[in-house]
Amino acid sequence: MIKFLQGLGSYFLFLRDIFVPMDSFRIYGRLILDECYIVGCKTFFVFMLISFFMGSVTVLQTAYNISNPFVKDYVIATVLRDTAVVELAPMIMGIFFAGKIGSNMATELGTMKISEQIDALKTMGINATSYLVLPRVIASIISYPILVALSIGVCIVGGYLAGVYGGVISPADYEYGIRNGFIPFSLPFALIKTIVFAFLISTISCYKGFNVSGGAFEVGKISTEAVTKSCVAILCSDYLLAELLL
Amino acid sequence: MIRIENISKTFNGDKVVDDVSASFGQGKVNLVIGASGTGKSVLIKCIIGLLEPDSGSAFFDEDNFTQGTERLRQKIRQKVGMLFQNLALFDSKNIEENIQFPLDILTNMTQKEKKKQVDFCLDKVSLSGVNKKIPSELSGGMRKRVALARAIVNQPAYLFCDEPNSGLDPSTAVRIDGLIREISSDDKITTIVVSHDMNSVVEIGENILFIHDGKKNWSGTAEGLIKSPSPELNKFICSSKLMRQLVSASSLP
Repeated sequence: MIKFLQGLGSYFLFLRDIFVPMDSFRIYGRLILDECYIVGCKTFFVFMLISFFMGSVTVLQTAYNISNPFVKDYVIATVLRDTAVVELAPMIMGIFFAGKIGSNMATELGTMKISEQIDALKTMGINATSYLVLPRVIASIISYPILVALSIGVCIVGGYLAGVYGGVISPADYEYGIRNGFIPFSLPFALIKTIVFAFLISTISCYKGFNVSGGAFEVGKISTEAVTKSCVAILCSDYLLAELLL
Repeated sequence: MIRIENISKTFNGDKVVDDVSASFGQGKVNLVIGASGTGKSVLIKCIIGLLEPDSGSAFFDEDNFTQGTERLRQKIRQKVGMLFQNLALFDSKNIEENIQFPLDILTNMTQKEKKKQVDFCLDKVSLSGVNKKIPSELSGGMRKRVALARAIVNQPAYLFCDEPNSGLDPSTAVRIDGLIREISSDDKITTIVVSHDMNSVVEIGENILFIHDGKKNWSGTAEGLIKSPSPELNKFICSSKLMRQLVSASSLP
């Protein structure tokens, strides 16, 4: 318990260091763009691929499980829409984001730490925490919501193609189901979730990378730790946000 | 000038640096020597603030770095160049980008001025023409010289070198030593070199601090080294056959 609290305290001190940039902000612009390319563009294709199949499978399995003749077909599309917007896209993609981007951040910073590159930045008079972490956090907060918004769209398209061409639902029913009973707050709720998840994944992964000591074995270990702790943080915050905002 | 007063550092109850005080002169190559694991690198890291000492202070000219505000430390660090034992070159950047990096961050120089300064530093370490290569394409000695070029590109007032000769063949090591001496005296830089290499001591040592078991054991000039009364220092110097022969030859009337 004490170890957990120490870790938490150390994480909050790390967060403070990120947001105390001592260097001119001009140097961050280019770094943020570079990170947006890594975080956003390089994950785009695989994100969309996963979303497509996530939508397809959800439609087919919902249809398979709804055997009651009193339940209308359009419910399949409504179920897909609600799960995609509120849960599937932000949360499942968050776990994937932690696996791909979070582990990448932890490994990169961990390697920089053990090869004294972070010390080199410090001796040059650069706020290394801010210089290395802030662009990654900002890029994640910008890119992840965009990726999730697109993911929701692709998920719905995937569901449509699988449902309509699989003979599960008619196009008219699908369209009606997507529009039916839509709660507008779902979208800002999803947006808030994506921002919180992006912040947690990027800061936890960078924190882990920044605090590694030892060699290659430890870097591998913290990369795994970064992913597992990010996933736990996503699930906990998902529950808390649902409690607070819904 | 750099002055340290009563610096101590403990790790898990083990006192690695114990109440060390010393003064390192400007324009000179100041050597911190001692066997492996005696706390030399920890001392240098305490001086530059990569580790926080448990007690004591490091003064850069008149500024108390250890007790100073983060702003002051940042300002002093911008006048520091450091050659790390593992070199700490950025793998993803080419040689030119590596050397130019401190200029990009800390100065408002134009691209043309930066290029000129990078070329000047590469020329100084006899590495002209490798600008577009990446660090992994160079030999160990060349990488050391690149790291040295990066350390001096910002025209530092203080230069720290942690084991600059480790893993190098004798001729390359002498070359690196020569560069450090030349840079220090030409640009009036306060240089601190951590080493356990006796060749370096003979080649460039002007002001020497010998650390034994984390404590200051002896300090003085290279000339006084051989005549030192410290048995630990004598044992350290005479650990190789070559040095024993040199010491006995120099003791002859």
